[in-house]
Amino acid sequence: MSDRLNVLKTYKLYVGGKFPRSESGRVYEVTDAKGKWLANAPLASRKDARDAVVAARKAFGGWSGATAYNRGQILYRVAEMLEGRRDQYVREVAEAEGLSKAKAGEQVDAAIDRWVWYAGWTDKIAQVVGGGNPVAGPFFNLSSPEPTGVVAVLAPRKSSFLGLVSVIAPVIATGNTAVVVASETSPLPALSLGEVLATSDLPGGVVNILSGRTAEIAAPLAAHQDVNAIDLAGADEALAKELEIAAADNLKRVLRPQPVDNWAATSGTDRMTAFLETKTVWHPTGSLGASGSAY
Amino acid sequence: MRTGLYSRYARRYARLVTMPTTAPNALSDVTASDSTLRRFLHGLPGVDAVGLEARAASLGTRSIKTTAKAYAIDLAISMVDLTTLEGADTPGKVRALGAKAVRPDPTDRTTPATAAVCVYPDMVATAKEAVAGSAVKVASVATAFPAGRAPIAVKLADVREAVAAGADEIDMVIDRGAFLAGNYMKVYDEITAVKEACGTSARLKVIFETGELSTYDNIRRASWLGMLAGADFIKTSTGKVAVNATPANTLLMLEAVRDFRAQTGVQVGVKPAGGIRTSKDAVKFLVLVNETAGEDWLDNHWFRFGASSLLNDLLMQRQKLATGRYSGPDYVTVD
Amino acid sequence: MAPVFEYAPAPESRSIVDIAPSYGLFIDGEFAEAADGKAFKTVSPSTEEVLSEVAEATEADVDRAVKAARAAFEKWSALPGSERAKYLFRIARIIQERSRELAVLETLDNGKPIRETRDADLPLVAAHFFYYAGWADKLDHAGYGADPRPLGVAGQVIPWNFPLLMLAWKIAPALATGNTVVLKPAETTPLSALFFADICRQAGLPKGVVNILTGDGRAGAALIAHPDVNKVAFTGSTAVGKEIARTVAGTRKKVTLELGGKGANIVFDDAPIDQAVEGIVNGIFFNQGQVCCAGSRLLVQESVQDELLDSLKRRLSTLRLGDPLDKNTDIGAINSAEQLARITKLADLGEAEGAERWSPACELPENGYWFAPTLFTNVTQAHTVARDEIFGPVLSVLTFRTPDEAVAKANNTPYGLSAGIWTEKGSRILAVANKLRAGVIWSNTFNKFDPTSPFGGYKESGFGREGGRHGLEAYLDV
Repeated sequence: MSDRLNVLKTYKLYVGGKFPRSESGRVYEVTDAKGKWLANAPLASRKDARDAVVAARKAFGGWSGATAYNRGQILYRVAEMLEGRRDQYVREVAEAEGLSKAKAGEQVDAAIDRWVWYAGWTDKIAQVVGGGNPVAGPFFNLSSPEPTGVVAVLAPRKSSFLGLVSVIAPVIATGNTAVVVASETSPLPALSLGEVLATSDLPGGVVNILSGRTAEIAAPLAAHQDVNAIDLAGADEALAKELEIAAADNLKRVLRPQPVDNWAATSGTDRMTAFLETKTVWHPTGSLGASGSAY
Repeated sequence: MRTGLYSRYARRYARLVTMPTTAPNALSDVTASDSTLRRFLHGLPGVDAVGLEARAASLGTRSIKTTAKAYAIDLAISMVDLTTLEGADTPGKVRALGAKAVRPDPTDRTTPATAAVCVYPDMVATAKEAVAGSAVKVASVATAFPAGRAPIAVKLADVREAVAAGADEIDMVIDRGAFLAGNYMKVYDEITAVKEACGTSARLKVIFETGELSTYDNIRRASWLGMLAGADFIKTSTGKVAVNATPANTLLMLEAVRDFRAQTGVQVGVKPAGGIRTSKDAVKFLVLVNETAGEDWLDNHWFRFGASSLLNDLLMQRQKLATGRYSGPDYVTVD
Repeated sequence: MAPVFEYAPAPESRSIVDIAPSYGLFIDGEFAEAADGKAFKTVSPSTEEVLSEVAEATEADVDRAVKAARAAFEKWSALPGSERAKYLFRIARIIQERSRELAVLETLDNGKPIRETRDADLPLVAAHFFYYAGWADKLDHAGYGADPRPLGVAGQVIPWNFPLLMLAWKIAPALATGNTVVLKPAETTPLSALFFADICRQAGLPKGVVNILTGDGRAGAALIAHPDVNKVAFTGSTAVGKEIARTVAGTRKKVTLELGGKGANIVFDDAPIDQAVEGIVNGIFFNQGQVCCAGSRLLVQESVQDELLDSLKRRLSTLRLGDPLDKNTDIGAINSAEQLARITKLADLGEAEGAERWSPACELPENGYWFAPTLFTNVTQAHTVARDEIFGPVLSVLTFRTPDEAVAKANNTPYGLSAGIWTEKGSRILAVANKLRAGVIWSNTFNKFDPTSPFGGYKESGFGREGGRHGLEAYLDV
């Protein structure tokens, strides 16, 4: 070890493609699993949450309108960028979750692979959950999945990185934009993820990451009239119920917390379909000619 | 007089809306050149086939009962252009047809006469004699009916002969080939020439042969083209092709005459022909007229059925309404 | 001038339906009085005649019905899918056999024209059961994994606008997937659900698989809140939908909500105008506009506004309002005095806010609940009639200049259920359909339904889909 003094990182929020401090000017101490100080994290406020929603809404049109192929390439690019910074995340995850280097490495590898999994889904999900409907009449009828809009995501409390990636990637793969509340106790891998997203061609605002007191940030998000859905993965039972009640005000789609023991397990499509709408478009057929099919 | 018979629930709404009427020459620029005519016809609103057919089918579910049915059957009889257009037509056949047109049901003198008899030009004189003294008109197909594939001079001669023989009405066919080739001005010019040949004595019915025009968009364009050229009636078909009058194509033509009058003030009649064989069908067509063009067209001056076997079915239905028992083919005349 | 072609009355015969003077609750295969013996009357909205008296379910009745459904669940869900399928096919066939009777009944209890119950409601009801019957033994292939499991007891609350059709939308997929059902029909239209109970008996459906509770909102609330209900399905107002979402918060109950709408029907200058007029009429006057997916906002391109409105007004003048049992009636009665009051209030508000009101000359019957077809022009997005769901025969007309503006205005609502697009330009249809935030988009048509076609809304129009393969998900533990 040299006696050179480390340059410490100032962890910041990631909102609208930028790295602002909390508008509140407040931070809170983040410690490792043993209680050792790691860094100060921004203590995001209601206003930060509001700004993040604005950014996410602004990004929604472009991101949902991008081709699925394009979204797939960008998600894959995130995996590429993470792979290059693997060591950093292994260290951060090890510190955050009190894991050995090897165990943390497994988590990070699985998280990178998860981006690859969802990168491949972007241009397939519509074929799996959408399709033509054989209606009894002279009509062409097609159902397609569409992103529901701005999704508030409460990242899992314990799995600070693999869990985080497992809830963000499916939301944005289908064209939603996200306001993510990082694990309250282990927010640093999440805040660092912003740095990778910012350099992966992901348009600013598609993912916005906030750190702070989950209950404090989540309440305005659950009640926000311009948020379309909420993933309660990181809420405990009492908070989840309270947020679900608040979410009813504009009938947000609510993904309730589910017992997930092992985020490394293969994902299905559930976390994507939870935030998809089905749009069905009808059009008459039968214009071949007045002397044709109809009589 | 009838109002009292009907439930106040089923009363139709009064007609509040009057369409704006512009001067008759409002469309005169349209026919100034081939390109203006084409632009105009292609600028007409499109027709969604499924929607049009659905509307026609929906009007077909109207339930016309008792007094309304009696009214409709008499009206339909009065609108029949009783037709014979066979290579085997003889003077005897035409005379019989004329007699039937004048007195459709010899057993019931209250039965209205039909609107007209419709024959080939060489039979006009015979037909004229057969209906002499009645209000029944003589209509003659002309212009090398049904194909229309003859030089214009021949077509016009055909028309003049028929008119000279006393035809009150001329049923011409348009040049579908020219229409489908996009040569609208040629079609227009032919119609105006035929109209001129009709003189002031004969009303002109323009047959589109809708089955050959094939698309509803074409039928709408042909309707406007015919009306712009001076048709007194627009008529679906010759009865000589696979698809003739249908509720949908007739509905479309009724929309055209309705809109044409709204724009120009000129009223044009409609004649579905071919394929209408039963009273039930005829009543459905009258419902189309009533609810699309409106009651102004519910008169044989403005609406006709080109048909032959339809008349007997109407007569049998009429007898059923009068006697309460079903009639049979032996109780109507076969001519 | 020719004499007017007046259509003589053509009433559908009422004698085909035999309505009992009173009905009980249908629990565990038997009709029974409410626990406290209370009952309420159901009237014909077109005449205010009392049709029958039905039991008013209490919380205790809800509990009894849920217990019956729970008890039936084990056997029903364990039946081979092919056997469940056959029960549903039987039901579909019996509905077809009895469709005339059911159509007349529905028209009497709801007030909608026989033309609609005969040509729309009943055929769709039978088709829905027939469609989902076929799924019962094919769930492995539905895309929800191998051997997807049912949820358990489904508590279902349905509205009065399509009583039997909404019942079909709820019960058919629930039974096909192996759930058992407690269904509460709307307070003002309980009869067809009770007749359906009889159809279940005719079909030999095991006791307790379908339970029907008549009653008011309290019974519905009790059903939804019942701790042993695993699945909640509701069709109705957005306000009640939100209340339900709060009620089930923090539970494991799966929820689907089909709520209100303020559908935009967008007419471009190149629309097939005659069909567009029919689509507009069908969009807002079908079922007296008491349709969640009604095209209640007409967005017309300013350049064709006059032409379109002239045609529309002329067409409205031919609508026939009156006796719903008359086969020639286009516009029937409003379902209840309460609903009529709401429509009246909102229409008056439209006038007070400065929108221009127009109705065809129209004589309303003396008895019953009636509202003339109504058009509001000079409406802007700021008017209440352009924002609130009226759920009646009231059309608000707004204009737009460009496709962008049409989309922006169409989406400018908390609702997102339906929309219509009228243009002959294919690429515009696809572009606009792509941008509209609504679950069902009808291009060059409107108000078309089919059992294979998923239906449901974005935003405050609810969540989940009914119909098609998508409709299975709501009743499976996936």
